[in-house]
Amino acid sequence: MEKIEVRGLRKIYGGQPERAIALLEQGRSKQEILEETGCTVAIQEASFEVKAGEIFVIMGLSGSGKSTVLRCLNRLIEPSAGSVHVDGVDVTRADKAGLLDIRRRKMAMVFQNFGLLPHRSVIRNVEYGLEMQGLERRETRPKAQHALELVGLKGYEEKLPHELSGGMQQRVGLARAIATDAEILLMDEAFSALDPLIRRQMQDELLELQSRMNKTIVFITHDLDEALKLGGRIVIMKDGCIAQLGTPEEILTRPADAYVRAFVEHVDRTKVITAQSVMRRPESVVHPKDGPALAVKRMRESGTSTLFVTNQARKLVGLVRIEDALRLMSENTHSLDGALVTDLPTTSPDTPLSKLVAVAATTQIPIAVVAEDQSFLGIVSRATLLASIAGEAS
Amino acid sequence: MSALKIGEGFEGLIEWLGERGAPVFDAIRSVLTACIHGLEYVLLLPPSYAVIAVLMVLAWRLSGLGTAVFTALGMLLIQDMGLWQPTMETLALVLSSALVALVLGIPLGIWASYSRNVERVLRPALDLMQTMPAFVYLIPAVLFFRLGKVPGVVATVIFAMPPAVRLTNLGIRQVPAEVVEAAIAFGATPRQTLLNVQLPIAIPTLLAGVNQTIMLSLSMVVISAMIGAGGLGEQVLKGITQLRIGLGFESGIAVVILAIVLDRLTHALGKPRTRSS
Repeated sequence: MEKIEVRGLRKIYGGQPERAIALLEQGRSKQEILEETGCTVAIQEASFEVKAGEIFVIMGLSGSGKSTVLRCLNRLIEPSAGSVHVDGVDVTRADKAGLLDIRRRKMAMVFQNFGLLPHRSVIRNVEYGLEMQGLERRETRPKAQHALELVGLKGYEEKLPHELSGGMQQRVGLARAIATDAEILLMDEAFSALDPLIRRQMQDELLELQSRMNKTIVFITHDLDEALKLGGRIVIMKDGCIAQLGTPEEILTRPADAYVRAFVEHVDRTKVITAQSVMRRPESVVHPKDGPALAVKRMRESGTSTLFVTNQARKLVGLVRIEDALRLMSENTHSLDGALVTDLPTTSPDTPLSKLVAVAATTQIPIAVVAEDQSFLGIVSRATLLASIAGEAS
Repeated sequence: MSALKIGEGFEGLIEWLGERGAPVFDAIRSVLTACIHGLEYVLLLPPSYAVIAVLMVLAWRLSGLGTAVFTALGMLLIQDMGLWQPTMETLALVLSSALVALVLGIPLGIWASYSRNVERVLRPALDLMQTMPAFVYLIPAVLFFRLGKVPGVVATVIFAMPPAVRLTNLGIRQVPAEVVEAAIAFGATPRQTLLNVQLPIAIPTLLAGVNQTIMLSLSMVVISAMIGAGGLGEQVLKGITQLRIGLGFESGIAVVILAIVLDRLTHALGKPRTRSS
């Protein structure tokens, strides 16, 4: 059972939602439904699961239905059809008291323009969710204080929200959500109203906080870079539908359709794509005991001037150059050991390409991708690297 | 007479109401009488200097030293002109009317802020209440409540209520949607949302409505002297009917002083207090 399971979610605005849904099921377009029934389709169909402890990003442009989907999770917007299960309980079927309880204890929300109460001090804002849980002041104060410390706002307790900068106000919003101890955080364009610099800083802090708190976070954004940076998995929404769901790399390397492809075109791919998704299996390798003759033969076959050398367990031991192999042949040596270059550029499989560029610049040799146990996984040549950066990786 | 007999129809309605509604009107009458007399008692029983002192302190606390000085000088001038009693009578009428107008108007404004339909019905009604010449209200008020202070207050309430309704409605609608959403998302009930979030945020706008209601009350209370509500209006009326220009002018000045004092006091309410941080 996943933390959140959304099945067949739809949202129709207008007088005849049933008719609109019937038409949707016949496969009619939003535009046709609007003309026929006067209803606006905000979510055509959305189904997905959010795993406990992940940052799940819902990304889309304005009007794509992403904020509506988020608000259906805690029923700030009442879904027209479909179900939302949180820990196995259907939120859409909860009665008034059940819904209040879910909102108070299960989910906490962070808003684009912070949604702080302007007449309350910072600490009283952070206490708000706790008050709603029915806690007394002596219980809420230490919890709120702790949450404020987590977001780095110790000392600002008695300020009013408008006395703080945007970034600090959003920290208050974040602290308010964290203070409730809810396992799920719903973040609606939480950083979109902030300056780019503050925004990146907040993203880093969220990731850092998340590594300690391990919440389940549903994060809405219209910014692909933000989605790729934060998201463990990303849903791309278009016109109230899910265009693609996948990890950042899947979305960048295998866009599902032209819309997603157009979207990801301008992304700085080098920060997201990792060595393992562009590396190639090395055409051939030799074992040290194979001898220089075989090494030269293999290099001639594959048209390369270097060859990686692995042991029986496929662990990388080094590299041999063609000139050294030829020298060994002329010296009638039968082992490659004497010509082994062991000081190789290597990298781990999850290194982003942006970091490989620097390595590639210092050497002619392809970069070897090795796992933690030194087993040889593949190579990234300069040509591969350049092609991947240009977005032409196969 | 118009072909549609609008005037006759209205007459009929008022007569019908007068007969059927007599017990209701009597009840309203006694409540309002008690309210007005109570306030008059409080304002007139203590020596005038004590009342002036209290007003001065109030002005000082709420608004500042300037207003306090003005209040003291103005009230002393009123007393010097021999208009203390009618001024206090007028003040009692204004406060009673404004109180009733607010008690009715603020809940109506809240209701209107929740429902577009209610707002749609209320808006033309409020427009009518404000644009109808004020004297017109005096007629049914007299029919239902006879002459005196009570019909004066009733007519004043009708005239002075619209801003309370309008600005309460506006104040609540102006609360940023996201703030209301935040309250709901953290599990606030509609009642908690209203009391802890919407009303506190709407207060500056709401108090602007209170201020306007009080100012409109004052202007209408003066007019309602025509149906025997007494107070400063009566003095102005005497000035007109008996051609006592001096008395009319002095009463006019007293009304202006009272207006300025009331305005400054209630205006100051709406400003956010400076917080010690």
